[in-house]
Amino acid sequence: MDGFRVLGVAIRREPWIFTVSTLGSILFGALTVADAWVLGWSTDHVVLPAFEDGHIRGGLLLTVLGLFVGVAILRAVGIVARRLGAGVMQYRMQAAYRREVTAQYLALPMSWHQQHPTGQLLSNANADVEAAWAPIAPLPMAVGTIAMMVIAIVQMLLVDLKIAAVGLMVFPLVTLATLTYQYFSSPLFTRIQALRAELSEVAHESFDGAMVVKTLGREAEETERFAAKANQLRDLGIRVGRIRAAFDPLLEAIPSLGVLGVLGVGVYQIRHGHADAGDVVTIAYLLTIVAFPIRSIGWLLGEFPRSVVGFRRVHRVLDEPVEVTYGTAALGHTALGARLEVDDLDFAYVPGQELLHELSFVVEPGRTVAVVGETASGKSTLTTLLTRLVDPDAGRVLVDGTDLRDLAPGELAGQVALVPQTAFLFDDTVRGNVALGEDVPDEEVWEALRTAQADGFVAALPHGLDSRLGERGTTLSGGQRQRLSLARALVRRPRLLILDDATSAVDPEVEARILAAIRADRSGDAVAASTMVLIAYRKATIGLADEVLFLADGRIADRGPHDALLERNPDYARLVNAYEAAPEGAVGGQRHE
Amino acid sequence: MGSAMSDRVATAGTALDSGEEISAWETIRLGAAISPELKEGFGGTVALALLGTAGRVVVPIAVQQTLDKGVNGPHGIDMGFVGMMAVVATIAMVVTGFSSYLMTARLFTTAEKGLATLRIKAFRHVHDLPLLTQNTERRGALVSRVTSDVDQVSQFLVFGGVIGIVSIGQVLVATVIMLFYSWQLTIVVWVCFAPLFLSLQYFQRRLSDSYAVVRRMVGQMLAAVSEPVVGAVVVRTHAIEGRTQARINESISEYQAASTRAQGLTAFSFSLGGVSAGLANAGVLIFGIWLGQGHLWASGVTSGEVLAFAFLVTLFVSPVQMGTQVLTDAQNAIAGWRRVIGILETPADLDDPGPAGVQLPHVPLSVTFSHVDFAYPGGPPVLRDVDEEILAGTRVAVVGETGSGKTTFAKILTRLMDPTSGTVLLAGHDLREVDFASLRRRVVLVPQEGFLFDSTLYANAAYGDLDATPDDVQRAIVELGLGDWLAGLPLGLQTRVGQRGESMSAGERQLVALIRAHLADPDLLVLDEATSAVDPALEMRIARALELLMSGRTSVTIAHRLSTAENADEVIVFDKGVVVQRGRHPDLVAEGGVYGRLHSSWVAQQST
Repeated sequence: MDGFRVLGVAIRREPWIFTVSTLGSILFGALTVADAWVLGWSTDHVVLPAFEDGHIRGGLLLTVLGLFVGVAILRAVGIVARRLGAGVMQYRMQAAYRREVTAQYLALPMSWHQQHPTGQLLSNANADVEAAWAPIAPLPMAVGTIAMMVIAIVQMLLVDLKIAAVGLMVFPLVTLATLTYQYFSSPLFTRIQALRAELSEVAHESFDGAMVVKTLGREAEETERFAAKANQLRDLGIRVGRIRAAFDPLLEAIPSLGVLGVLGVGVYQIRHGHADAGDVVTIAYLLTIVAFPIRSIGWLLGEFPRSVVGFRRVHRVLDEPVEVTYGTAALGHTALGARLEVDDLDFAYVPGQELLHELSFVVEPGRTVAVVGETASGKSTLTTLLTRLVDPDAGRVLVDGTDLRDLAPGELAGQVALVPQTAFLFDDTVRGNVALGEDVPDEEVWEALRTAQADGFVAALPHGLDSRLGERGTTLSGGQRQRLSLARALVRRPRLLILDDATSAVDPEVEARILAAIRADRSGDAVAASTMVLIAYRKATIGLADEVLFLADGRIADRGPHDALLERNPDYARLVNAYEAAPEGAVGGQRHE
Repeated sequence: MGSAMSDRVATAGTALDSGEEISAWETIRLGAAISPELKEGFGGTVALALLGTAGRVVVPIAVQQTLDKGVNGPHGIDMGFVGMMAVVATIAMVVTGFSSYLMTARLFTTAEKGLATLRIKAFRHVHDLPLLTQNTERRGALVSRVTSDVDQVSQFLVFGGVIGIVSIGQVLVATVIMLFYSWQLTIVVWVCFAPLFLSLQYFQRRLSDSYAVVRRMVGQMLAAVSEPVVGAVVVRTHAIEGRTQARINESISEYQAASTRAQGLTAFSFSLGGVSAGLANAGVLIFGIWLGQGHLWASGVTSGEVLAFAFLVTLFVSPVQMGTQVLTDAQNAIAGWRRVIGILETPADLDDPGPAGVQLPHVPLSVTFSHVDFAYPGGPPVLRDVDEEILAGTRVAVVGETGSGKTTFAKILTRLMDPTSGTVLLAGHDLREVDFASLRRRVVLVPQEGFLFDSTLYANAAYGDLDATPDDVQRAIVELGLGDWLAGLPLGLQTRVGQRGESMSAGERQLVALIRAHLADPDLLVLDEATSAVDPALEMRIARALELLMSGRTSVTIAHRLSTAENADEVIVFDKGVVVQRGRHPDLVAEGGVYGRLHSSWVAQQST
C-alpha cells in the first residue's frame, strides 16, 4: 500500500525518533494491560480476601498503592515519549521537505515557474507537505495499540480460554467497524479537504478582484459562486456527521456488550470453579481500556489517501530536473559598461509560435538602446532572455563576449540589473527592499532613492528607511512601488541596466525628473559608462537612447537613431507619434498647440 | 504616505472590526442570531446528549451488580440474575446508543447549516465593505475569516463541543453513581483528581499561549515560503537565492521549534490524567477495604462496589486528558467566531437604498459635485470644496499631479466612497438615493489595474454583461479596434488568462478590462488611467474607438498623458485637492498655471 511506502520514507529518515516514540507507545500499551492485571490481582489477593476475612494486610495495601502509581507514572512516561516523539518526527519531516521544496523553487528556471500557477506552488510547500506527513502523528499510537492488543490477547488466553473467547470477539469486531467507518468516511474527508481548498481559492480571487466586483455591481453573483461551494461543503459535513453518528455509538457498544458477555460466561465459569472473580474483572477491564485505542488504527489509515496525494505532489516538484546549468566563467570587474551581444536569437513560449525570430544586435559599452514595439510584441520577453530568466531556443546572448550560459552562478546578477514592468516588493523594510540583505551604507541607499525620485515619499514614511511595506507593498501606490524597484537596481551600480517600461505608473513630471537624474548620474563618474537597454513608449524615454531597435513581428524591423527612424520608417513614426497625430482625427477638432 | 495611512486608518476605525472587544457570551448570542439554524432544537440535542452519556455507566453498574448479587450474593452464584442483568444492560445500551446517534446527527446538521449561513453572510459583507477597508486588510486575512476561522468554529461545535458536553456529563453521571454507592469513596476519587481539574486552567493558558506562538510562526513561515514563488523574478535577477533560502530556513526552524514546544506541553498535560487515575484506583481499593471493614465512619461498602469504582474512575480520565484540549479548542473557536462576526459588525459605510431607491434613466447622465469635501478618517483633506458640473453627453478629462485628488474624484463619482461633506448628483438624483444595482449598471469605472479572474478571455469580458454571447464579445472587441489583437491569440476567446490574468501582459489586461466595460454598456464611463500600459498607437486607436462608442454619453477620463486632455470637450485640473482650472485644452494652455506646467513637461517628453 502506498500509504505505508510514504511512512517508510519517514521511518528511514528518522529511525531513532521513530524507535523512541514506538517504544514509548508500546510501553504505554503494555502498562495499560498491566493496569488491568493490577486491578485483577488486587481483587483476588487484597480486596476479596479482605472482605471475606476482615483482615487488612498493611504491606499488601502499600503494594497495591505502589503498583497502581508505579504503573501510572511509567505509563505517563510512555505517553510523553509517544506523543512528543511523533510530534518531533512529524515536524522534522515537514521542515526537511519544506526546505527541499523551497530550495528547488529557487533552483528551477523561470520557464518552469511560468508554467506553474502561484497558488499550486504555495500549496505544494505548505498544505501538501503537511498532508504527506500527517500519518506520522497517529503512527506510534497505532503500532502501540497493536502491541497492546497482542499482549491483551495473550493475557486473556492465559486467564481462561472460555472467557477469553468471548472477549476476543470484541477486537476483530471493533477493528472491522473501524475499517468500515474508514471506508465510508475517508473519501468524504478527501473531498472535503479539496473543497476547502477550492472555497479558499474562490474567496481569494473574489477578494483580490473586489474593486472589479464593486464597480460592476457583481456582489450577488460572486456570493452565489462562493455559496455554491460553501453549501457543497455543508452537505458533505452533514453526511460525515451521519456516518459518525452511526459508528460512534457502535464502536462504544461493541466492547460494552463484550463486557456483558464476559460477565455472563465468567459467572458460569466461577460457578464451575474454572475461574475466579479477579479473572473476570481483569478481562472486563481489559476490554474497556483496549477497545478505544483501536480507533487509532482507523485514524492512521484515514490519513493515508491525503498523505499519498500530498507526497506525490511534493515529489513532482522535488523530482523535476533542474535545467538551468551554470558555467564557471567570470566577468571582468571594471567600471566600464558591459558589451551586450544578441546573436541569432529564437524564442517561443508555445512550440511553433515563435515570438522572437533571428534577433541579432550589439550594444557597445556605455551605449543606450531603446527597444520599441507594439503591445505584446515580445519586448518584455527579450528582457527575460537578456537576464537569463529564460534561455533562448536557438542563438546566444553574450555579455562581454561570454555566453550567459557559461557564467558562474551569481555572476550575471552582480553586473546586470533588470527593472521589471510590474514591481515586486518584499514584506520587509524600505532598506531591506532596496539593499536586499546586502550591507549597503545608508548614504548609498538614499542616493539610489534620490535618483529614482523616491527619496521624498520614503522620508515622509514614519520610520524612513526602516518602515515596513506590508504584503507586496500594498500600502504604496503603483508609481511608488516602481520607483523603489528602480532604486533597488540603481544601488547595485550595474554595468548593464535594463528598464522594462519601468516608469509607466509614474506621472510625466516625475518621470522626467527620474530620467534626468539617471542621465546626470551617467555623466558623473559612478555609473558613467553603464550600458542601458530601455523598453519604452514615451519619446522622452526613447530620447535617452543612442539607438532604437524597432521590433515588429518578432524581428528587428529597423534600427538606428530615433530621428532617422522617424524619418524613414512610417510604422515607427505612427507608433511613437501617436499622441501628436491624434488631434487631427479627434472629435471636436482642436488644433494641436 | 503608505504606512502612515494604514496607521491612521487603524486608529480611526475604518479597519475591519477585529471583534476582540466582543465577550464570549456576546459572541455566542450574536453568532446564534446570525445563524438561527444553530438554535433549532438545541434543547432536544442537549437532552439526547445527556441520555447518550448515561450509557457509559452501564458497564460499571453491571460489573458491580454481577459481583455483588450474581457472584457474592445471598444465594451464592445466581445465573438467572446475571442473565436478566445482561438483558437490561443491553437494552439500556441500545437506547442510549440510539440517542447518541440522534444527538450527533442533529448536531452536525444544525452546526453545518448554521456555519454555511455564517460563511456566506460574511463573504457577502466583505464585498459590501468600504473600498478603503478592503484595501487595508491583507487578502489572506480576509480569506481566512470566511474559511479557516469558520472551520475552526464548526470543528469545535461538532467535535470539541460534543467531547466537552459528553465529558462534563460523564463526570457528573459518574459522580452521582459513585455517591449512590459510597460518598466516602467519591471524596477519595475527587481528592485524587481535584489537583488536575484545578490545573486545567493553568495548562490551558500555557497551551493557548504556545499555540498562539505556533500560529504566529506559521504566518511568518508562509510569508517567507511565498517569496521565491511570488518574487521569482526579483530573486533570480538579483541572485539573492542564498539570502532568500536563509530567511526561509530560519522561519521553518522557528515554526518547527514552536510546534515541538507546544507538542511537548500537550503531551505532558495529557499524561497527567493517567497518573491521577492510578492514584485514584489505588486510593479507592485501599479506602474501600477499610470502609468494607467498618473502619472510618462504618459503612457497608461491598467488594463489587469497590470494583465498580475502578471502572467509574476510568470515566474521569478522558475528561481530564481531553479537558485542556477542549478548553483550548473552545477558546480558538470563540476567537474565530469573533473574527467572523467582526466582519459583519464592520459597517458597510455606504447604504444601499435597494430597489426602493432611485432607478437611473437609460439616458446620458449629468454629474453635479456640490461643495464636496473628502478626507480619509483622521487624515488631511484630499478633496476640498469641489463644486463642478459635468453636462450630460460631454467628454471630460481630469488631470493633475500624483496625489492631487483626481482618483478620489473618480471614486466618489462612482460611489466607491461617499464624500465627507457635500453632495453628488447624478442626472439630478443624490447619489446616495440611487439603487446600487441601477448605479452599477449605468455607471462603470475602469481602474488602472484591470483585475482578471482565472478563466478564459471570454468569461472575463462577459463579466461586464453576464448575458453576452461569444459573438457579442467578439463584436465588442472589433468595435474597440482590437480585432487584430484577438486574431493574434491562438485560442482566441478561449485563451486562458491565468491567475489574476498573469498569463497576459499588463497592457493586455487593460484591454480586457476595457472590453468588459464596453459590454457593460454604461451611460457614464469613468476611465482611471485605463490604457497606461498599452502602446501609444493602440492607445490612440482605442481612444478614437471609445469616442465613437461613447458619443452622446458621458465620459470622465483620468489621465497622465495629456493627449487625452487635448481631445476632450473639457479639462478639469486638480491640484492639492482643489479644482484650479477648467476649460478647453487650448484655452488652458494659453492660461498657463498648473495645466501650463503639466503641458510643457508633456511636450518636453514628446518632442525629444
